[in-house]
Amino acid sequence: MSLAFGPDDILRIAPMFRLQWEESQDCYVLLYPEGMVRLNGSAGEILSRCDGHRSVGAIVADLKARFPEAGSLEADVYAFLSTAHDNQWIQPA
Amino acid sequence: MTTSGSSLPKPLWLLAELTYRCPLQCPYCSNPLDIARYTNELRTEDWVRVFREARALGAVQLGFSGGEALVRKDLEELIAEAHRLGFYTNLLTSGVGMDERRIRAFKEAGLDHIQISFQASTEELNNFIAGKDSFRHKLEMARLVKQYGYPMVLCFVLHRHNTDQVEQILDMAHALQADYVELATTQYYGWALLNRDQLFPTREQVQRAEAIAHRYQEKLKGKMRTLYVVPDYYEDRPKACMRGWGSIFLTVAPDGTALPCHAAGSLPGLTFPNVREHDIAWIWNESQDFNRFRGFGWMKEPCRTCPEQAKDFGGCRCQAYLLTGDPANADPVCSKSPHHGELQARVRAMGEGASVDGDLAPIVFRNMRASKRQIALTAGTLGYPRPLFPVP
Repeated sequence: MSLAFGPDDILRIAPMFRLQWEESQDCYVLLYPEGMVRLNGSAGEILSRCDGHRSVGAIVADLKARFPEAGSLEADVYAFLSTAHDNQWIQPA
Repeated sequence: MTTSGSSLPKPLWLLAELTYRCPLQCPYCSNPLDIARYTNELRTEDWVRVFREARALGAVQLGFSGGEALVRKDLEELIAEAHRLGFYTNLLTSGVGMDERRIRAFKEAGLDHIQISFQASTEELNNFIAGKDSFRHKLEMARLVKQYGYPMVLCFVLHRHNTDQVEQILDMAHALQADYVELATTQYYGWALLNRDQLFPTREQVQRAEAIAHRYQEKLKGKMRTLYVVPDYYEDRPKACMRGWGSIFLTVAPDGTALPCHAAGSLPGLTFPNVREHDIAWIWNESQDFNRFRGFGWMKEPCRTCPEQAKDFGGCRCQAYLLTGDPANADPVCSKSPHHGELQARVRAMGEGASVDGDLAPIVFRNMRASKRQIALTAGTLGYPRPLFPVP
């Protein structure tokens, strides 16, 4: 699979979407006109770090520090970011 | 008694019908026929309480609708409150009653999305269907919505008179740089049902429109999303209406009546609780009406043993009532329904009627005067005097 981004890319949530923690659902959700995507735990952790400031490399490092038990999560992060880009959830900042 | 727990359904979608007043007169309006009765609108503070209570139950999408929500002078204030509570706020509007000053004020209040509806792609037809000169103003408002950085969502309600314009409609939406176009098929409730014989498109029209919509979906992939749904009368499985009764959707009418969908007020034997008397948690979790068709226990055959029951929930309760006389029947759109044949015969007759427009009764436009006439005709009953088909 070809990856959409490299470690130096800086990403943000696309303007069509709003990322929000929903207490009652115990997860992050992506909100858009009249709709909602419920994110699983790792998707939420990744997207909540796409803040328009941090590079993808920095996000991977941060996730490794935060979840040391997850092991090598690099490939999963890049694969998910490609999926998120295909869904137009994120874009380069 | 309060109930909590993640297994209970949550009213994720709150539709606030702020008013039934509207400057337009679209004959396909899904508002009830007795809009003239709704003079006792909720106050600003009532709505704010409704928003707070629904949000506490997990509601996250909030639609400001009507009628025309812009008629309410407190709309800016309501948007600001909803935004503070963490809702994703949607304004579903004709654009009539909006100007640049209000668009800016909505943005400052935290409004996330404005959906502008058009009646057609030409000025003449748009203004005829809307019952008001509004086309140019709508175009101007659509451009401003884009300019102020809102997602650009346009809605066109399709029926016999504009279905053949689908290509021009999509070209116009693309020229306006729409992110999302909803080609909403007319749903035959309320005023639309009253005008059904005049509005129902032919099968050929629907097939042509569908092919064009699919072509644009491919052509503009990644640029403009197009949603097109075939009128369900032409299908053989029903829509999963509201994703099930009391499952995710809560409507509050202008007078505070809480409904599981905006058309449910026409159902017999249900009174529906009012937010002036009950809080949203009680209404959603405890009230008899919100539990009446929740889940699968209420179902009769063929739904009761149908392997697809979790997929479509037996279709639409309002349509089942309006077309068969019993809201617990299967939606007659379903080919398993014993009433499906009657619906098919009616659909065929309407398709033939479409070619002889002269024989049809005139379109009834949606306005307060026509509503008062409908109220008088139905002699004090809410909604419809009788089912549209004889009950066997």
